[in-house]
Amino acid sequence: MSKAKTVGELKPGENGTICCFTDDRLSLKLLDMGCLPGTSVQMKFSAPLGDPLCIDVDGYSLLLRKAEAHTISLVE
Amino acid sequence: MSKDQRKRIALVGNPNSGKSSLFNQLTGLNQKIGNFPGVTVDKKSGISVLTNGKKVEIIDLPGTYSIYPKSNDETVVADILLNKEGNLFPDVLVVVIDASNLKRNLLLFTQMKDLGLPVILALNMVDMADRKGVGYDLKLLEKEIGAPVISINARIGKGVEELKKALEEEVKPSANSFFDVTELAKEEIAEYLKKHSNDTAYWALQQLTINGKIKQKDSVQAKDTTLRYGKINRLVKQIEITKEAVGLKLYSEKIDKILTHKIWGYVIFLSVLFVIFQAIFAWASWPMDLIDVVFSELSVWLSTNLPAGVFTDLLAKGLVPGVGGVLIFIPQIAILFAFISLLEESGYMARVVFLMDKIMRKFGLNGKSVVPLISSVACAIPAIMATRTIENWKERMITIFVTPLMSCSARLPVYTILIALVIPDEYVLGVFNMQGLVLLSLYLLGFVAVLFSAYILNKIMKTTERSFLIMELPTYKTPRWKNVGLTIIEKVKTFSFEAGKIIIAVSIVLWVLATYGPGDNIKNAEQNVAKSLVGTKYTQNEFNDKVASYKLENSYVAKLGKAIEPAIKPLGFNWKVGIALVTSFAAREVFVGTMSTIYSIESADGDVNTIKSRMGSEINPETGKPYFTLAVGLSLMVFYVFAMQCMSTLAITYRETKGWKWPALQTIYMSGLAYMLSLLTFNLFS
Repeated sequence: MSKAKTVGELKPGENGTICCFTDDRLSLKLLDMGCLPGTSVQMKFSAPLGDPLCIDVDGYSLLLRKAEAHTISLVE
Repeated sequence: MSKDQRKRIALVGNPNSGKSSLFNQLTGLNQKIGNFPGVTVDKKSGISVLTNGKKVEIIDLPGTYSIYPKSNDETVVADILLNKEGNLFPDVLVVVIDASNLKRNLLLFTQMKDLGLPVILALNMVDMADRKGVGYDLKLLEKEIGAPVISINARIGKGVEELKKALEEEVKPSANSFFDVTELAKEEIAEYLKKHSNDTAYWALQQLTINGKIKQKDSVQAKDTTLRYGKINRLVKQIEITKEAVGLKLYSEKIDKILTHKIWGYVIFLSVLFVIFQAIFAWASWPMDLIDVVFSELSVWLSTNLPAGVFTDLLAKGLVPGVGGVLIFIPQIAILFAFISLLEESGYMARVVFLMDKIMRKFGLNGKSVVPLISSVACAIPAIMATRTIENWKERMITIFVTPLMSCSARLPVYTILIALVIPDEYVLGVFNMQGLVLLSLYLLGFVAVLFSAYILNKIMKTTERSFLIMELPTYKTPRWKNVGLTIIEKVKTFSFEAGKIIIAVSIVLWVLATYGPGDNIKNAEQNVAKSLVGTKYTQNEFNDKVASYKLENSYVAKLGKAIEPAIKPLGFNWKVGIALVTSFAAREVFVGTMSTIYSIESADGDVNTIKSRMGSEINPETGKPYFTLAVGLSLMVFYVFAMQCMSTLAITYRETKGWKWPALQTIYMSGLAYMLSLLTFNLFS
């Protein structure tokens, strides 16, 4: 299986659709926040030092660290 | 429910849903702030008078995204709502929903409803959703979820009367579940419901999860959330009425372009910090001076106008200064929390976290640690209170622990007098003033100690709570003055009552130690001083000063000072400095007052120059040279940078960490550090 692209790899303005999660504990929190498989997300901007990131999830802005964004795989 | 028992209504909702604004609208000044049992999560409760005159109790539960807890705050909510026997279990739940973020907010609502609790949906921020270009068919929503829906605007108080009306009626839990979880753990739930036939399947699932009866609970939780969201999505599509967007979000995004810019973001943030810092330092100084003058005048007035005796003395020299010592912090606390609540209300605090997270994380701190650390340059007390905004327990403990190492304003008079005493007023390289350089170094030394200690602590502290940062970046909002005002009142109250009692108690103990001494020396102070002065000329004032100094030298405090002399001698300190170290425990600036009493200088808050010249003329009997050498002076300065000498800080650490473990560790660590580094300094320079 080729490595799927993650939310952490999106460029500002780029969209993607969530496929699945690679960290089970973290996924529960992300699900609570509305990051569901099938949800479309957009990378908005990153903090000046490259981390954390700000993404758009279903119309609201979500802050998360880069490492956390890398646990969200996207549909290819 | 008996008649005299008030109906208990709990407010629940996502963070930033406007829950606290609604709470303020419902209760106004009838609020009580405390802690939930066993944890330092603010518990806000209050009384609301309904339209028919009936009073109900309102509890503002911490912001939460889901019934499955992921943080301390969320655990508190789950603990309360899943325990029917608990004394905080509500009669009715009002779930506050942010309409501009309906799907995510409905997750919590449907969970609450499915637990079988009587719920009312308070739909907030409809105006924001409007501007985003979405509207909802509320009648249809009400029908679909089977619970009353009330549209409110918590910021301006719209819809609050309608909500109160709805609370007058009996709210019944609806029989149908929004999402049926039975399939997720069929056998377990069926068995549970056999014994508890009145409960819902969702209630059963939660109880079974808590009791460890569900085998793959993470996967059950994931399925519940995913499927529930699926149903919510369908519901929202059904009730959505699309309108034309007015571009509210674009507005917020434009501001973010500047406020999170890689240069301007930090420039603006530093400016904000600078303004806060200036305000606590400069604006707070005149009310603080006023409180200081009022209480010292009151103290003088009491001792001259009341009949002399132990009681008068206790009142004038123990209790009144003790109360003054508590009240003096209020201006700084009020100003700091005015700013913090403005930052929180406007949504800027989330940007602070965004900007600072990466840097602070390296030291085990949180983006939000920056505000407490900067404000502790003024005073550690409001700073430690401000750490409540940090959700992660470990990061919060580290911040509390290192905060007192920043040089606070109480250290400044100590630094000033010692620098004037031992550092020459000369220029290095023609431009840098030596005294200024030393002062700057002392502040930097404190800051380095903060980073160093945080780094070490981060390495050794174990935690089960994983550090993550997954939070909503709220849109910018205009702050509500009512909310800012209520925050200030709440923080001032908390400090005065909780930390105040410890501070007053310690003040009285210190007063006893400084007023009484072994033997009759103190009682016969006047005669003894008079005897020693026979044949010399002196004024009445000089005589009084000599008596005060004589009394202090013969008190228990002096005994303590002499007792610790062997321990502090390697640092270059004699017993007179020892006395000042002991009394400094009340507050560091007391050093100056104690020194002037020991060197019998007119009035404690006398001229720094007089104290300086008296201290400068002290001769070391062993060397025959001035006692306060460069080595002694620097050693003492270093000691004041590090030592934990502030009972108010300890009192607030005790309150904020719920025990004596952290204050004790703080005292041992800081004093140990102070001792070793003073020892090093003294030996390097002598």
